[in-house]
Amino acid sequence: MDWVLSHLDDIGNLTVTHIVLCVPAIVIGFVVSVPLGYAASKSSLARGVLLTLGNVLYTIPGIALVVLVPVTLGIPLLNPVNVTIALLIYAVAIMVRSAADAFVSVSGDVKQSATAQGYSASQRFWRVELPLAGPVLLAGVRVVSVSTISLATVGALVGIPSLGTFFTDAFQRNFALEAVVGLVLVLLLAAVFDLLLSLVGRALMPWTRGTRLSAGAAKALSQPVPAGVGDVAGPGGRL
Amino acid sequence: MAIEFRNVRKTYPDGTTAVEDFSLTIPSRSTTVFVGSSGCGNTTLLRMINRMVDATSGQVLIDGEDVGAIEPVALRRRIGYVMQNSGLLPHRTVIDNVATVPVLTGTPKAKAREQSMALLDRVGLDRSLAKRYPGQLSGGQQQRVGVARGLAADPNILLMDEPFGAVDPIVRDELQRELLRLQRELGKTVVFVTHDIDEAFLLGTQVVILKRGGVVAQIGTPAEILARPKDDFVADFIGAKRGKRRLTVEQQGDGDDLLLVDSSGYPAGLISAPGGRLEPVLSGGSDPKSRSVSNKTDQAGDA
Ligand SMILES: Nc1ncnc2c1ncn2[C@@H]1O[C@H](COP(=O)(O)OP(=O)(O)O)[C@@H](O)[C@H]1O
Ligand SMILES: [Mg+2]
Repeated sequence: MDWVLSHLDDIGNLTVTHIVLCVPAIVIGFVVSVPLGYAASKSSLARGVLLTLGNVLYTIPGIALVVLVPVTLGIPLLNPVNVTIALLIYAVAIMVRSAADAFVSVSGDVKQSATAQGYSASQRFWRVELPLAGPVLLAGVRVVSVSTISLATVGALVGIPSLGTFFTDAFQRNFALEAVVGLVLVLLLAAVFDLLLSLVGRALMPWTRGTRLSAGAAKALSQPVPAGVGDVAGPGGRL
Repeated sequence: MAIEFRNVRKTYPDGTTAVEDFSLTIPSRSTTVFVGSSGCGNTTLLRMINRMVDATSGQVLIDGEDVGAIEPVALRRRIGYVMQNSGLLPHRTVIDNVATVPVLTGTPKAKAREQSMALLDRVGLDRSLAKRYPGQLSGGQQQRVGVARGLAADPNILLMDEPFGAVDPIVRDELQRELLRLQRELGKTVVFVTHDIDEAFLLGTQVVILKRGGVVAQIGTPAEILARPKDDFVADFIGAKRGKRRLTVEQQGDGDDLLLVDSSGYPAGLISAPGGRLEPVLSGGSDPKSRSVSNKTDQAGDA
């Protein structure tokens, strides 16, 4: 406890650093995945290609990606952007599938009826399909958020600071308490993000409160998440 | 707004020919009902009017204008469309669902909502439902909202695809009566699709009985079809659903009116021949036998 109290500054700084690594990956991952998922929901060819690609990317071990990204893109090894880019790749790998499922879950009757009322194709996308894909998209983002926060610790292995720094530091100093503190912080941060996301979802999707989900959304949400997703150990069960 | 089909054919990309060669004139300001069993091409025919489906060959004309030359989105906004399972937008409140088309065509939201409130009254919905979401309504209420939405832009044409097919018989009865009332008040050109011959005879001024491939088995007023089924197919079709209660027509003493009588000798309905419209024999009686031909066979049959 004394250690915690005397390291509040570190805890605060590293938590903020960790958030800064994760948030862009989650947000950009969502923005990139929605159109890809929409394409995957429209054509079975696109679906096959995108989902296979997603699975392959997701299998790459985190540490490998953190090293490969800077080498490939020519970014200095210690630049935090490397971690964010690696996290973004995982986020998209997970999220494309959720987004595809989300658009498939929108009732065909509702889409037909929107067309019949005179929505143009783009109006129908923005005003009907995207909002109605919302509940399943949200479920996907929540998985991505938890997984990203957990995965971001991997950067500490190559010296990019995050809450994972508590793990490497604990290892070097053979000081278990520090690792436990780091773990608790990661879990807390993930829980806070999850809570915030669910609140945002409630605010943005008032129609889902107290009503039953559409059959399609309920089905998409009941499907098991892809293997490994949400597993705190991260891709391939490795760091 | 009269609608004309001229030698219309529709073959879907997978090779299914849903409509072979269909020609028909739908007079304005009256109700034409397409009736046929599932897969006959009813929905395809309806959707060729608002270009949700484009004809493979032939033409559909609205007041002489080929719909093929009208921009589809604009065309759809001036044609009301009501479907089974309402197709309401689950993420929009009742009032916003009703206001859909006015908002799409640029009416300010507040004004569109105000007009939509009046439409709720018109279709017999309590204004207190305005802020609810469709998922919080009963099936019958959802269909009423669907009808209100279809009417919101005050279209001249209203397309209805089995709008009452998924509600229970009592609610269906109520909705049918409401539609008749609305139609008396508004005089739209209504094209209505159903599988239910009783519903067709109740609502239709002109009834079109279809076979597979959109082939017309018979066109006529309910009276004409009931009195003189053109062939065995039609006779079967109008008889089958009635089970044992096969209706027969008797000339009434005075005037042109025809009396419908079921097989056990009960009067089942009256056809006032000039309009060919069925009317209840006895007004609003609670005795099932006294209700119009639209009421289900089992009620009268079991009585
Ligand atoms: N988009 C489509 N692609 C291929 N075939 C279709 C399509 N829509 C309808 N059909 C086929 O066309 C025929 C008529 O369909 P439809 O007009 O929906 O009939 P109904 O409304 O009378 O049940 C059916 O055989 C149906 O399977
Ligand atoms: Mg149909």
